[in-house]
Formats: sequence, structure tokens, C-alpha cells
Amino acid sequence: MSARNRELLALLPVALLVTAGLTAVFIVRSNEIGDLSLTYGAYFLGVCLAVHVMIRLRLPNADPYLFPLVALLAAFGLVILFRIDESLALKQASLFLLGLGFFAATIIFLRDYHVLERYRYLIAMVGIGLLVLPRLPGIGEQVNGAYLGIKVGGISFQPAEFAKICIVIFLASYLREKREVLIVGARRVMGVILPPLKHLGPLLVVWGAAMLMLVFIRDLGSSLMFFAAFLALLYVATSRVSFVVIGMLLFVAGAWFFANTVPHVENRVDIWLDPFEDTQGSGFQVAQSLFAQADGGLFGAGLGESLMQLPDASKGCIDQFPECGSIIPAPHTDLIYAVITNELGLFGAAGVVLIYILIAARGFKTAVMARDGFSKLLAAGLTAVFSLQAFVIIGGVVRVIPLTGVTLPFISYGGSSVVANMVLLALLLMISNDARRPDREAAEPEIQLRGPVGRTA
Amino acid sequence: MNVPISRLFALVLLLFATVVGFTSYWSVIDAESLRDNPENRRLLLEEAQIQRGTITSSDGELIAESVSTGNGEQKFFTRRYPLGDLFGHPVGYYFLDRGRSGIELEEDDELSGRKAEFISILDQLEGQAREGSDITLTLNAAAQRVAYQALAGRNGAVVAIEPATGAVRVMASNPPFDPNAVEDSETFQALNTSEETPLVNRATQSVYEPGSTMKIVTATAALDSGEFTPDTVLNGDSGIEISGVPLENAGGESFGEIDMTTALTNSVNTYWAQVGEQLGNDTMFEYMDRFGFDSDPPADYPDENMVASGVSQNGKLLGPGDTIDIGRVAIGQERMRASALQMAMVAATVANGGREMQAQFVQSVTDPDGRTTDELKPELASTVMSEETAAQLAEMMTNVTREGTAAGLTVEGVSEFAGKTGTAEVQGGDCPDNRGWFISFAPTQDPQIAIAAVIECTAGFGGETAGPVATEVMGALLNQAE
Repeated sequence: MSARNRELLALLPVALLVTAGLTAVFIVRSNEIGDLSLTYGAYFLGVCLAVHVMIRLRLPNADPYLFPLVALLAAFGLVILFRIDESLALKQASLFLLGLGFFAATIIFLRDYHVLERYRYLIAMVGIGLLVLPRLPGIGEQVNGAYLGIKVGGISFQPAEFAKICIVIFLASYLREKREVLIVGARRVMGVILPPLKHLGPLLVVWGAAMLMLVFIRDLGSSLMFFAAFLALLYVATSRVSFVVIGMLLFVAGAWFFANTVPHVENRVDIWLDPFEDTQGSGFQVAQSLFAQADGGLFGAGLGESLMQLPDASKGCIDQFPECGSIIPAPHTDLIYAVITNELGLFGAAGVVLIYILIAARGFKTAVMARDGFSKLLAAGLTAVFSLQAFVIIGGVVRVIPLTGVTLPFISYGGSSVVANMVLLALLLMISNDARRPDREAAEPEIQLRGPVGRTA
Repeated sequence: MNVPISRLFALVLLLFATVVGFTSYWSVIDAESLRDNPENRRLLLEEAQIQRGTITSSDGELIAESVSTGNGEQKFFTRRYPLGDLFGHPVGYYFLDRGRSGIELEEDDELSGRKAEFISILDQLEGQAREGSDITLTLNAAAQRVAYQALAGRNGAVVAIEPATGAVRVMASNPPFDPNAVEDSETFQALNTSEETPLVNRATQSVYEPGSTMKIVTATAALDSGEFTPDTVLNGDSGIEISGVPLENAGGESFGEIDMTTALTNSVNTYWAQVGEQLGNDTMFEYMDRFGFDSDPPADYPDENMVASGVSQNGKLLGPGDTIDIGRVAIGQERMRASALQMAMVAATVANGGREMQAQFVQSVTDPDGRTTDELKPELASTVMSEETAAQLAEMMTNVTREGTAAGLTVEGVSEFAGKTGTAEVQGGDCPDNRGWFISFAPTQDPQIAIAAVIECTAGFGGETAGPVATEVMGALLNQAE
């Protein structure tokens, strides 16, 4: 069976899942099966088919599983959002359409992603610019002490979501060029292999940028995500574990320093260490997250069956549910994973994680199959940053690391996340289309031309 | 670069595995302790979504109901108590932010419709919402009102029990509280810190010096152990040394050589203190324990809303091995303390031929479909004494109301009834007055109701203060048109 037919076949169960999920919520809510869930399911299938046709036309050799897996996450997210609040799901569905617009635009206008290499410094500046935006007076927006969003003309968005793609593109391109000298020039100093001083500079700059983010954006989560993605790429480019270890030590040292000086970061770490110290105040989010998960058990309360709204929801609230009056704070964004565990249990939550693992597997497979260094690094970097984002937020919800305000890709409510991750998916599909071209042998010389570095790893 | 990519994937796998591991920890392994965390309100909130059953008095007055306060798609219910403070004490309250107490706590499973796991899964499949069962109590609203009227604002308690079944017919504690009011935090705080302690159920949570009502327990031990008969003669003079200290009779009256019946009729302290000393610690405690002293009384009521009767110091119960002036314990002094509920059960036990019945509050339970799922079944809690002993005691106690310390009391529509007065003098403390007690059952032949009434901080004798309260309530219960 051809790759595209496999993709088509895989989309059908996804559409069935979204229909079944919506139906389940309908039944709980109104004790009847409306045909509305069928309609929504049909819409969903229709959109997926349209995207499929476009992939079929433009990227015929692309990985057949990536898009259905992402559609599965989106279906999951829509059902959970529908369960939390119907209007949220409808808004999110239109945001998905917007995201798919960006997805299509990326594929259509960026005919060959290799051109990105040429604009790497411009892209890097755009990325850093995006990260600094939320601190600019007038448009910056502070949410829970972190500066992650900006608001222009009533539309708020999170530039960090887009910055992560820019930075990965820059790093992939930069490391593709410098990896040789980083490997060859490495010196053993006191038993530790250090990169050559001359090239250490740019790497320290990245470290400095991550630290700056910690101070500027005050978000440990996104800082961790960016820096870990950088280390992952550095490791893939050089195979040097020592670089990664040094990088990690630098990050931990820096994070420790700022955790003790920047109040917001310090607070987050304290909550992480003991969420039950102040369950009504600062520890509220984490404590409620854990309580909700404890109610889930193995199989969960069932879709739509768990406790969501508080009895006094209307008291002392300006915002509408779910921003206010929900027993789990931010159930549609930061803590959506806790809602999933609550309603679908450990099995449902593990299922969601499994989807992320499968996407990571396809992404890294694309990186392995890619024909040139840039493509390999870009695919590996995009996959790493995507997986890390999922890890950082889920890890925060289950208290592996401090809870921060990163979205759960394709599941959390929010346009920036959907649009940015759709662009990320488009790039991955383009790399895989390039990698899986049947005329592999014929294309070999081209690789030599394009990437000066052969396959060493 | 493929090897590091594979290793990177392995690392990502490890990270996700950690996350799943932690999820299992919170959702399954540690779930129990998270659910029990006092800060976790989820269970309470979920219960607030259930329409709790109503509570009705035995004479059909609605005591508690759940009203919907839901907004949006999720419905929530709040408890309302139409009778206000009449049943605040025995019934207690149930509120999201306040927790639960009393019968609301004891019968929570029935009221909230908690069923076996299997049945609740079936219900869930059928799409049935959980609903609570309605409860009809043994408590009688009309008699409860009489009790409060008779207490007339004096602090104290009244407990009336059906001897044969253990059904509690009246449980009044003054000052009362309105359960509707405790929902509000500030009101609750004010009630909780009030010097009048209106939230304390004086029928079950307050233990008082039982005074001469304790002589019924001492008499039970004396007769049932076989060491004494109603005719046993001892010296009843005032001023006999008990534990090396002279003991006075009421008013310093000396009675000379008297038998036990006379000693009970006139409540002769020195006679009973000698009985206590001759029986010794072990026998006295043996019979106290048979009645239910030294632990929470045998009643279907929450442990946290009951206090054990017995010899206690600083809230700690003493045993037969401790240094105790048992002669004064035998007349309800020393460090002897008893609750009204416990003393009502003492009277009920004598009335029921020595068989103490478990005190119960629930007459019947009706499920949401209208089926009666449970009815009061009398349960034997303890066989305290032989029928013969009980009959002898009943006769002696009837003599108390014929010609003794309770001779002035009558129960409407009853020719003969049994009783025992108690007047405990309290030295020092925040109420330097008497505790007035009266325990009783009526009629002597075929007893229908047993009762204990206690008035704290009163100047008069038990027969004059608590006595009329007890007889009025008994009269109300016995003369009710059923």
C-alpha cells in the first residue's frame, strides 16, 4: 500500500474517535444522542481529507503517519475542550482551520526548505525578537507572573511558540556548518573534552539567551524547553556527551541562581517542592491537579462525568468559566492533562503520551532518513522541541518538574500553539518528503553539493 | 548523526516514561492519600451534587431537606432545616464548607445514597443519577418541643428512650442551635467560640456529676452480684467516714439502721457509699462497663459527637486499678461523670428487665423509588443484670416516686412510675451550683418510656428542677394519640 493510502486509512479511525468522544460527552450532558456529534465528526473528517489531498499533491512521499497522529491529538483535544466548554471547542476548531491555513501556506510558499539556511541569522534575530516582545511596554502581557503573551488589537498570542521554530532552524543551520570544527577542534582539558574556545562563544551566547529568557520571560518551562532543544541538537551534531553535560551543568547552575533571585521562578520551584504547604494560595494549581488525577484512577471518571464547575462559580468572578469557577485552574490550557487523567484515567493519559511518543518516533525516523546534515538536524531539532514541549507541561502537571505555562501541543486551547505547531508539522513533512523520495540514488550527488559534511554518525 | 538521533529518541522515551510513571503514582498508587487529604474538597463537592434524602420526625414533621442551588450544567444541593433549632442537636448539620455532624453524619451512607460498588456501576450504565434515601426518625417533634418548653431556657439536656426497642424519642440540649446558621463561616465561628457553647450537644457530649442517680448503677451491682438484697441493713447515719473523710447526708440527716429500699427512697449517701466500698472497685467498674460506661454509649450516633461516661481526670478515663474513692463514686461524686444519654440508658435497662438495647434514631429508610429498605430492628447491646434484679430495682425506684425524694412528681395518665433524683453539688468551676438530675421510666408495669433529664447550674434539688422536665416529656410521649 502506498504511503498516501496508509495515511488516508489511518484518518478514518481518527474521525470515528472524535465522533465517539463527542457523542459520549453529549450523552452525559443531555442523556440523548444528538446528530450534532455526527455532524462535527463529518466536518472533522472532511477537513482531514482536504489536508490529505493537499499532502498527496504536494508531498506525495511524506511520512504517512505524522498527519494522522497529529489529527488524533487534535481530535482528542477537541473532545476534551468540548467537554470543558462547548464554545471553547468551536473556537478551537476554527483555530485549527487557521493553523491548517498556515500549514498549507508553508508547504506551498516554501517550496524548498533548504533556502531557510540562507536566512539563518535573520531567522535567529526574528526568533529572539519574538521572545523579547512580551516584555515590550504596551503590548506585553503578564500571566501568572510570566511574560509569555502579547496583545495587539485585542488579539493575544504567544510569540514563544513561533520563536521555538525560528531558533531550531537557526541552530540546525549553524551547527550543520560548525559541527566539524566543534568535533575536530575539541580539546581535552583536565580530562574533560571542551569545544574550541573560538566556537564556544556562540554556544555561550545560546546559554546566555536561555538565562536571559529566565529573567526576562520568567518562565522556567520555556527556558528549559529551548535550552534542552539546543543541547539535543548540539549532541546530534557532535556526538559529544561532554558538551551536553557541560551545557546541562551551566543551565542548572544558572537556573539555580535565578531560582533564588527572580521571585516568580523561586515561587514556582517552592510550589514544586511542596505543593501542599499552601493549597489555597500558591500551591492551589498543583494541588488541584494532583487531586484531580487521584480521582481518575486507572480508567477515569468517564468523559463528562468528573467534577468541573464549582457550585459558587458565579461568586467573585469577572471572567467566564473556565477561566473562573473551575475546580481545576486553567483546565483548558496548562492543566488539560490533569483533566484527561481525571476523566480517562491512567490509561487515557498514557494513551495521549503514547501519541506523543509515536510522533517523536516518526520525527526522529525522518531525521535518520534525511539525506543531508541540515535536514537531519532540522528534523531532529523540530521533533526534540515538540517532544520537550509536551514533556515540560505534562511533567509540570504531574510534578516531575515545576509547573509552567507551556501549552500541550495540539491539545491545549490556544491559537498560537496550534498555528506554530502546524507550521512545525509542515516542515517535518517536507523534510520527510525530501528524505523518502524514491529516486534516492539519483539524488545522492545533490546531497554532496548541498551539505559539505557527509554522514559520520 | 544517526546514532545520536537514536540515542536522543531513547532519551525522549525515558522522559515520557517518567511522566507516565508519575501519572500512575498520582492517579493510582498514591490516590488514596490524595483523596484523604483534608484540603481535597472534590469528594465533598461531588456529594453536593447528589440530592440528599429528607429527614422526617416520627410524627411526620420535615426536619431536613436538600434544595437545588445549581447554576449552569452542574447541579448542587444545599441542606435546609425547616424546624430551625428544634432538632439542631440530635440531627446535626451537613454543609459543603462545614462538614457534617450528628445523624447527618451517622446516616450519611443512606442519606447520600451510597451503595455497593456493583449496584452503582449498574445505575451508571442505566444513566441513573445517584439519589439519597429518605429517613424517618424515632424522634418525636411534639415531645421535643415539650422538652424545650420544660427546660425553659435553663442549660441542660433531656433524653427519652423506648426501653424495649432502644428508639430515642427525644433528645434535647439547651442552648440549641439553628443548623441553617452554621453554613455561614462567621456565624459558625461566633457559635463555636460562644461561652454558652450552643454547638455542644449536652445530651451526648457533656458529662456531668451524676449525683444520686448513680445509686441505680451501684444498686444494680449490689443486687446482681448477689452480695446485697433489698433488705440488707446498713447504718445510714450522717458523717460516716468514707475513705477516711466523713460523708454527710443531704441536710445532715441521720437514718440509723436502714434497709436498701429505704436508703434509695431517701437517697441516703452514707448507706450507698458503704455499699460501694464493700463491692470494691472491680465490681463497681464491672457493672458500669456493662451499662456502657468507660466507652461511648452503645448508640447509633457518631463517636465524635459522644463522650464516654466514667471516672475521669483531665478528660482521661480512670480504671479500677487507679486510686479512686469508690464510696463517693457510688453516689455519683468524686471524679464520676455521666452523660444524659448514658443515664437514660441506665433507666431504660432497668425498665427492660436488665437488657440494655442499642440506642437508635432511625425508624425507617425509604429509597428514591418509595421502597422501605430498612426499618428499626431492636438490638441487644448488653445484658446488664438478671430480670429479678431489674424487677427489684424497678420496685425500689417506684418507691422513690411514691414516698421518697420524687414524691411530688406525677406523670400524666400514669398511676405508678419509677424514678431516681440526683443533686450533685459542684464546688468551684465556672458554675458553683448544683446539677439537677432525674432519671425515670413509666409506667412501672410495662414501661413504655425511660428518660434522663439534667439541668446544669441550678440552685434546687434534682427532683424539683429536672424532675418536672422529665415527667412532662414522658407525659407528652405517653399520651400522644398515635
